[in-house]
Amino acid sequence: MNRNVTLLWNGLIPENPIFRLALSLCPAVAVTTSVKNGLMLGLAVVFVQVFSSCTVAIFKNFIHPRIRIPAYVIIIALWVTVIDMILPVYAPDVYKQVALFVKLIVVFAIIISRLELFASKEPLLPSFFDGLGMGVGFMFGLCLIGAIREFFGAGQLFGYDVLGFKPLLVMILPAGGFFVIGFIMATFNWVEYKITGKIPKAGGAH
Amino acid sequence: MKIHRFPVILCAVFAVLVLAVGPAIAQSVGSGSFKKDKDIEISFGVPVDEAWAKDTANYSVYEKPDPDIKVPVESVTLDSRRVNATLKFKESLNTAGEYIVEAKNVTSEGKVIGSREFVVKKSEVQLLFAIFLGAMIINNFVFTKYLGLCIFFGVSQKKETAIGMGITFTVVMVLSAVMCWALYTFVLQALHLGFLKIIVFIGTVAIFVQAVDTILRKINPYLFKKLGVYLVLIVTNCIILAVPLINADSGYGPFSSLTMALGAGLGFALALFLMSCVREKLEVCRVPPVFQGLPIAFIVTGLFALAFLGFSGLAIF
Repeated sequence: MNRNVTLLWNGLIPENPIFRLALSLCPAVAVTTSVKNGLMLGLAVVFVQVFSSCTVAIFKNFIHPRIRIPAYVIIIALWVTVIDMILPVYAPDVYKQVALFVKLIVVFAIIISRLELFASKEPLLPSFFDGLGMGVGFMFGLCLIGAIREFFGAGQLFGYDVLGFKPLLVMILPAGGFFVIGFIMATFNWVEYKITGKIPKAGGAH
Repeated sequence: MKIHRFPVILCAVFAVLVLAVGPAIAQSVGSGSFKKDKDIEISFGVPVDEAWAKDTANYSVYEKPDPDIKVPVESVTLDSRRVNATLKFKESLNTAGEYIVEAKNVTSEGKVIGSREFVVKKSEVQLLFAIFLGAMIINNFVFTKYLGLCIFFGVSQKKETAIGMGITFTVVMVLSAVMCWALYTFVLQALHLGFLKIIVFIGTVAIFVQAVDTILRKINPYLFKKLGVYLVLIVTNCIILAVPLINADSGYGPFSSLTMALGAGLGFALALFLMSCVREKLEVCRVPPVFQGLPIAFIVTGLFALAFLGFSGLAIF
């Protein structure tokens, strides 16, 4: 298989940032009360991840290794500021609900860890696909949690009434997010156990 | 069994605050006070006529900065002694602001005794206490705002590390929030560069943590050995960036910012300590294999979040 396609696929399932690497969990619980919010923050993360990966890949020869972490943070903060100014113009309603978390993308561990582990060593094109894969994987995770919580908590999907009643109100409450992630992680473990026959070790939790 | 000093200290701080603030609140009720976010209570001092008091046209209410925008009164109720009146409003009031209530031609036992004006506002201490309680318990950053989860799951495995992290975090949080406030107010706002706040805040926090690391290493090697490992981790904590951003967005002053940061820090410490107690017990429990590690930690956190939901009704003021 083409390497770039492998990189994309890697980010989506085998190294999914939320469920497998257990990185950047805060937004995964916080904004996922509906699919729309998850999609919105996911798009912002894809944007920041792709652009900062590319920026680092281009300028990696000019960044002194000893100051690389502050340099990465500034690069990420730059792109976060850009998306933070773009989003309120095009989607003001959804932005209001995820505003704080769009700003907090700066401290999402997933982005800086991809810069450090991948983009700082590889050329532009693989970095682009790695960033895209990780970003889309993150968005996939957010949307999955959002869909489960919105469906069970509000009986809706994408804001449209599906069930007509609210089966489990607890799902949109703060606690629901924690439960859903716990169960999805366990499901991922269970599937892997069925396929490979052993329990995978838990992720790094950062 | 060893008794941990940490929760005792936490309780003591809490008790002192309650004792210090309690009397202040009791005295601060001037001529009017907020009952709920839609009610204002005023006291006339003398019994007034019921027919006059129930007529909403006799009152005009506005928020201090804009006297032209009147807030419509929906209904008025008198207490049994006919001295205190409660004004109900359709819209929620901004309880952090200051309202003026003007009562025209106050009528007492058939005679008009002139107009009265009431100033309704919360005292500074009351506001600060509300911010503190809100940040620490009602809107606990971990359990209801879901921030700082990465560190929360990372260091809550042992009580020892949880306490170390809690203390270090609170100190760094308070100092860096005050610094961010000063930078935002005196540099960014003065130069109209508000949009740069994300870059400036994260830079400030990172530099500050690095500075504390260096200074502590030289000045107090013992303390550094105990708390040094947590310092580096703090930069990756979302709360440390979220608090200055919230302060900046809600336009808090220096004391409000400080209180907010203190509440956030102590709230995080509390969450860490509670979680570490449970996780130490979890070690010896038989957890289903696929749930071991993070999944069960998430579900325990969910249960904590449910419990903390109970505090959401805690609107004392």
